[in-house]
Amino acid sequence: MNFLATVAIALKALRTNKMRSALTMLGIIIGVAAVIVMIAVGGGARAQVEAQIKSLGANLMMVFSASPTFTGARSAAGTTHTVSEDDAYAIARELPEYVAGAAPSLRGSGQVVAGNSNWSTAFYGVTPDYFEVREWSIADGRFFEQAEINGAAKVAIIGQTVATNLFGDVSPIDQTIRIRTVPLTVIGLLASKGQSPGGADLDDVILLPISTARNRVLGATTLAKSRSVGSIQIKLRDGVDGKEAEEKVRELLRQRHRLQPGQDDDFTLRNMTEILQTREESSRVMALLLASVASVSLLVGGIGIMNIMLVSVTERTREIGLRRAVGARARDILQQFLIEAITLSLIGGLAGVLLGMGGAELIAVLAGWPIELSLTAILLAVSFAAAIGIFFGYYPARKAARMSPIEALRHE
Amino acid sequence: MAATPLIRTEQLAKHYRLGNGEGGAVQALRGVSLEIPRGAFVAVMGPSGSGKSTFMNLLGCLDLPSAGRYWLDGEEVSRLSDDSLSVLRNRRIGFVFQHFNLLPRTSALDNVALPLLYRGMRAEERHARAAQRLRQVGLAERMDHHPAQLSGGQQQRVAIARALVGDPALVLADEPTGALDSRTGIEIMTLLQQLNREGISVVLVTHEHDIAAYADRIIHFRDGQVVSDSVNARRDAAADFAALAATA
Repeated sequence: MNFLATVAIALKALRTNKMRSALTMLGIIIGVAAVIVMIAVGGGARAQVEAQIKSLGANLMMVFSASPTFTGARSAAGTTHTVSEDDAYAIARELPEYVAGAAPSLRGSGQVVAGNSNWSTAFYGVTPDYFEVREWSIADGRFFEQAEINGAAKVAIIGQTVATNLFGDVSPIDQTIRIRTVPLTVIGLLASKGQSPGGADLDDVILLPISTARNRVLGATTLAKSRSVGSIQIKLRDGVDGKEAEEKVRELLRQRHRLQPGQDDDFTLRNMTEILQTREESSRVMALLLASVASVSLLVGGIGIMNIMLVSVTERTREIGLRRAVGARARDILQQFLIEAITLSLIGGLAGVLLGMGGAELIAVLAGWPIELSLTAILLAVSFAAAIGIFFGYYPARKAARMSPIEALRHE
Repeated sequence: MAATPLIRTEQLAKHYRLGNGEGGAVQALRGVSLEIPRGAFVAVMGPSGSGKSTFMNLLGCLDLPSAGRYWLDGEEVSRLSDDSLSVLRNRRIGFVFQHFNLLPRTSALDNVALPLLYRGMRAEERHARAAQRLRQVGLAERMDHHPAQLSGGQQQRVAIARALVGDPALVLADEPTGALDSRTGIEIMTLLQQLNREGISVVLVTHEHDIAAYADRIIHFRDGQVVSDSVNARRDAAADFAALAATA
């Protein structure tokens, strides 16, 4: 008996009881739709986190100057400057097995002027390590040279947003900008990084040699009185345990800052990758929750298929007897009912995919969550539906195939 | 060829175990030996419980005997597997049932073509053969009709066309007139006699003497055994039908 003819028989049988078939499919439809939505939302969340990790640089750890507690009231992290540039060099020097790079940075902000355009932005005094730590590349021009760092050269590298606002479509390289009356030559244009995890524009930035920022731009302010910096960004080596590295850095800094046991840290350590991973973890928990709902629905849908197939086998006992009498082998009967069950679950599965895709789009529009639909997910869901058809259709089909032709023909 | 009868049974027996687990058994058939030649028209009669249905099931390869042997068309079938029996039914036997057993919501053409589906035959050829058989039973105009749109007599004709479509060696008819009024019953017998004249062997189960009278040979069953097996001068169903039409 050929396959196409069997499929035709199955479709005909399902058409005969349209309402019943549709209701039977409902469980599968809902289950598959839930799986599709789950994968879309989960994939979207993961993609977002991955993009954010990429924008920060992988394996990033940050050290901020913490507020001292002796004043009673604590101020926000990074506003006082207990962490120094030398701490950064020490971390890179003393913990090479954990740290791939440690970049001190000094933050400032202000009005930037170029010709008759101006733009208010943040600027950072950095060292060459900064580019490696943040995995930031240059779109045009070049990085700082060590001599420029040592000599507090009047040079700057600017982000895409700044370039667009100050120069429009004109190349910013070799142009002059002024920050707080200090003229600086633009030597490089950063490659675009997009948004930070917090939604800030990472391209809205100007980078200066750390010495230039301290001595020339911030020179007049109190921030510049020591070699202190706002933060140190540390890139950990691949495969290094984040917790362990964090402890090592903490130990080193406490020692350098001569903190007594029991005394609070005068700095704050944050493992950015871990923070993001925690966020991803929570979205994974959500997905898992949805997955369990989906699997319950698929299970119930499968049982529904088994139930309706058992009813169908009983109803069509005489038909089975007749088919056996005119020459259907037991396996032909098995195949017929199995294909009927698979057809039910596959049609349900396809409808579920459409519903799920619609649902995911709706979530993207209404809730503003990122979604990511993959062909793999769709194929997975559909084959899962087919597997359910086979699993739950097998028992009724076998029951049909094992009927004695005589008994079946005699069935009233 | 003439040497091998169409049907030969040797001490054919069938017993059913009772469901009480005591090992008790019902002797449905107690050693039946007979031969039916090619081209015969045989009526099998007997009260219920006489074993005639069991005998028919064995002849139709729907069941296997507990003991004894059975040759159909020279091939011993009493030891065949379930799959081989299916193939045998498909190729050698055509069934006609009391209640027609047509597939509902399925055209006459598709109903007739059904046995060919299990031969893996292509749709065009299935339909060509089915159409030819429907013409043979006089339903050329009704091929697209569903069973519900046909009269009882027409439905039985469709069933007969289905029995013939696979070119069987034997047509087994189980009370083919049982669900029909006597006039339609005679019409169906006319068709069966006509097919028999064309060379098809027919074995028919009936409890009506009027219907058995159209056969050439009548076999009586009682208590699982053949109690009589006699030649019968067949009545001409076509003549009876004509007479009936004249009086009406």
